[in-house]
Amino acid sequence: MSKAKVGIVVFPGSNCDHDAYNVFKNILNTDTEFLWHKEGSTGDRNIIVLPGGFSYGDYLRCGAIAGQSNVIREVVRFAGNGGIVIGICNGFQVLCETGLLPGVLMKNENIKFICRTVTLKVENNKSIFTSLYGIKEEINIPIAHGEGNYYCDDETLTGLIGNNQILFTYTDNPNGSVHNIAGIQNIKRNVLGLMPHPERASDEILGSKDGRRLFESVIESVL
Amino acid sequence: MYKSRIRITIRKTILDPQGKAVEHSLKSHGFDLITDTRIGKYIELTIDTGSKDEAERISKEACSRLLANPVMEDYVIETEEVK
Repeated sequence: MSKAKVGIVVFPGSNCDHDAYNVFKNILNTDTEFLWHKEGSTGDRNIIVLPGGFSYGDYLRCGAIAGQSNVIREVVRFAGNGGIVIGICNGFQVLCETGLLPGVLMKNENIKFICRTVTLKVENNKSIFTSLYGIKEEINIPIAHGEGNYYCDDETLTGLIGNNQILFTYTDNPNGSVHNIAGIQNIKRNVLGLMPHPERASDEILGSKDGRRLFESVIESVL
Repeated sequence: MYKSRIRITIRKTILDPQGKAVEHSLKSHGFDLITDTRIGKYIELTIDTGSKDEAERISKEACSRLLANPVMEDYVIETEEVK
């Protein structure tokens, strides 16, 4: 059994928490627990997942209120100590609001909520999140968001490119993100944020299991 | 007691797709002289202090720490005394 101990954070309004739990617990047989947003500690967990959804109703800005919650203060400390954090969709928005990842997710360029499977390109497979993918491999993963339009200033973008922080790009940009960005890691390489939902593409019965290797890569990294 | 009225807008250098869509709709209603439309947020804060300086300082701190995201938004604060 892997040494991975996964904590799935649950905010009021999270709605992909059970999908993420199912992948780690039932498909990958990993020690997995939910962490309620009021928790003052990440406990013995060594992988933290911020799931998709609409934390606190996306009031003010998506991810803004969640970014100030008890558990997130602990997640920021956890990440600062090198702990592995994965933010999916709303979780990516939360990570940007906390400053663990640079930039911001704005309203989609076409102002529509987009829910469909898209093709991503793996831009860097030398990360703990993508080690089981091929470089430039194309994978099919669903997106479901109204605010996935990644934006950062030119200087930040140059840094993301230069430091190989861009892990996934869209082959056909659905939302207006700069540089077709779908997912990035932090400079320390222990925090990932991505808009697409790999947890919805981890079981063949759901149409694609291209997302499963992301979670397997991470679990392998803590063996 | 002071009241701060805060207007938050998407930075001028960033495309505001919502404003653009509304502008197209305005044009279709015949508002040909409207050349730019930008959509933002309006927030009112009532602040329990006797000092305008303090009310302004608190409002600014609230904006920088939570109410606005400096990566994409600008804000304007107007503070006045209320009874």
